[in-house]
Amino acid sequence: MNTPAIDVQAVSRRFGEVQALVGVSLAVGEGAVLGLIGHNGAGKSTLIKLMLGLVAPDTGEIHIAGQPVNGPVFREVRRRLAYLPENVVFYDNLNGLETLEFFADLKGVARRECPGLLEEVGLAPAARRSVRGYSKGMRQRLGFAQALLGNPEILFLDEPTTGLDPEGVREFYEILARLKARGVTVILSSHNLAQIEERVDRLALLQGGRLKAAGTVAELRAGLNLSLAIILKLRTGSAAALMQSLALVDGCTLHTEDGLVEVRCGHDRKMAVLEALAAHAGAVADIDIREPSLEDVFLGYAET
Amino acid sequence: MTVARLEGRQVAAIARKELRERLRSRWVLAVAAVFTLFALVIAYFGAAQQGAVGFKGIELTIASLVSLAIYLVPLIALILGYDAIVGERERGSLDLLLSLPITRVELLIGKYLGLAAALAVSTLAGFGLVGVLIVAQGGLVALFHYSGFMLSAILMGMAFLSLAVLVSVLAASKTAASGAAIALWFVFVLVYDLILLGVLVLTEGALPGALVSGLLLLNPADVFRVLNVFSLEEVKTFYGLATVASDTLTAPWLLGAVMGAWIVAPLALALIRFRAP
Repeated sequence: MNTPAIDVQAVSRRFGEVQALVGVSLAVGEGAVLGLIGHNGAGKSTLIKLMLGLVAPDTGEIHIAGQPVNGPVFREVRRRLAYLPENVVFYDNLNGLETLEFFADLKGVARRECPGLLEEVGLAPAARRSVRGYSKGMRQRLGFAQALLGNPEILFLDEPTTGLDPEGVREFYEILARLKARGVTVILSSHNLAQIEERVDRLALLQGGRLKAAGTVAELRAGLNLSLAIILKLRTGSAAALMQSLALVDGCTLHTEDGLVEVRCGHDRKMAVLEALAAHAGAVADIDIREPSLEDVFLGYAET
Repeated sequence: MTVARLEGRQVAAIARKELRERLRSRWVLAVAAVFTLFALVIAYFGAAQQGAVGFKGIELTIASLVSLAIYLVPLIALILGYDAIVGERERGSLDLLLSLPITRVELLIGKYLGLAAALAVSTLAGFGLVGVLIVAQGGLVALFHYSGFMLSAILMGMAFLSLAVLVSVLAASKTAASGAAIALWFVFVLVYDLILLGVLVLTEGALPGALVSGLLLLNPADVFRVLNVFSLEEVKTFYGLATVASDTLTAPWLLGAVMGAWIVAPLALALIRFRAP
C-alpha cells in the first residue's frame, strides 16, 4: 500500500453549538472495506460528507488518492468516487432508467451501461416505471445502481441497507463482495454491527464525534479483553472434580443453571480454562465457546 | 471551492432533467392551459369596461393581456423556482448531486435554464392561441406587437424565476421558501404600485418624473408594464402610473437592460451564496 485511498488527518467540524467531529484521523488503504459504526448522531454521516468534500472541515485535512477532494483536479477525483446518501429520494416524475441516465450523463458514463446496472441490482422489471411508485427498498437499489455507475474506485455508502428486506440485504452484500474482489475501496456506515461484522476488513468506532477505536474486528475485541462465555453441558454424576479445578482458575466466574454451567473469563484466561477442562474431559458432554459480540465490543468502547 | 471552468455538458444535463420533470408532471401543460383560458376570456371581455365585448383592436387586447400576465406570470415563475435548491436539499439528493463531477455553479445555472425553458414553453403555448387569433386579425403589425408582448412576458418570468432561485438557495426549509415566494409576489405585484401611487397622491405630483420612472424600474413587473404600454400609443392613456414616466427612461433598450439586470442580479447573488460549502 503506497498512498492510502483516503487519508483523514485531525479533522474537526462544528455545526453551531454541535461539535460534530473532534480531531478524527483515519487512513483507509486501497481496496479495503471500512465499516464506520456508531449510534445516530455519532458523526458517521458528517465524516462521510467531509471525505466527499460536501462539508469543509474547520481544521484538519482530507486527501482522496493523494488529492484534496475540492482541489484543482476535483473533477478527476470525483469521477473515481461514488456516494449513496442515507434515505435519498429521487425524482418522482422520472422512471428508473431515466434517473440512472441522468446520473450517467453527469458522471460522463455512457448511457448504454444503465440497463445492465438496473439488472445487477434487480430493478430491470421496474426500469420503465415512475420512481414515484417505488418502494423504499427499490429506491435504495436505484441509489445503489447510481453509485456503481462508471466503476468507481472508492465507494461511500451511508447506511446502505436501511429499508431493504432480508433478501435485499443479502443481495447487497453479494454485490459488495464482488466489488471487494475487484479491489474497490468501500466506506460503509452502519449501526447494525452484527450485519457488517463479517463483511468489513476494518472498523472505526465513532461516538459523540470522536474516533473511539479503529482496527480489525479481532483487534478491537482483543483491545478490550472482554470476557467470553464458555457454556458446558456436564455428564451427570461426574462434575464435582471438574467444578473444583475450574474454581481454582484465576479471574473466572461460575454460574450453574438448568444443568448448564456458564464459565466467564477474560480472553487471556481462555487457555487456562480449557486446560482445566481437558484434565476432566470425561465429565464434559458438550461445550460452546461464545466470543464477545461486536455489540459487546461496541458497548465496551463506548463506556471508556 | 475551487474555481473551475464551466462545462456546458454538465449544465445541459441538469437543465434537461429539470425540463423533462416539468413536462412529465404535466406542469407545463397545466400552466399553458391556464394561460390559454385566461387569455381567451380577457381578449374577449377585456374591453367590457368600454361598453363592448368581443375581440377589440390589437392594442387594447394586448393591454388587457399585459394586466393578466402581470398577475399570473410572476406567480407561476415563483411557484416554479422556489424549491429548486431547498427541495433537493430536503430530499437528500443535493448531497448526491454535489458529490458528482459537477460544480455548484453548473448545478445552479443548469437548474435555472431548465426551469426557464419550462416557463418559456408554457408561456408560448399558453398565449399562442390568442396570438394566432390576434395576428389573423391584425396582420404583421399585430405579430410584431404580440411577439414583443410574449418575449417581455417570458423575460419578466425569468426575472421572477431568478428571485425564486435566490429564495431557494437562502431558505432553510421548503415551507420557509414558499412563504418568501408568496411574500415576493405580494410585494412586487400588489403592494409596490399601491405604495408608489400613495406617495404620488400625498406629494400631489411634486416628485420629479425621473424619480418616479426610476422607482418603476425597481420592480420587474412594472418594467414589463412600461415596456408594453409604451409601445402602444392608444393605450398609454389608460395607465396612470405609466404615463408619469419620462420618455428618456422608457426607451425599450433601457427597459430591456433593466429587465436583464433583474434576471442576472438575483441569480448572481444566489450563485455567490450557494458556492460556500
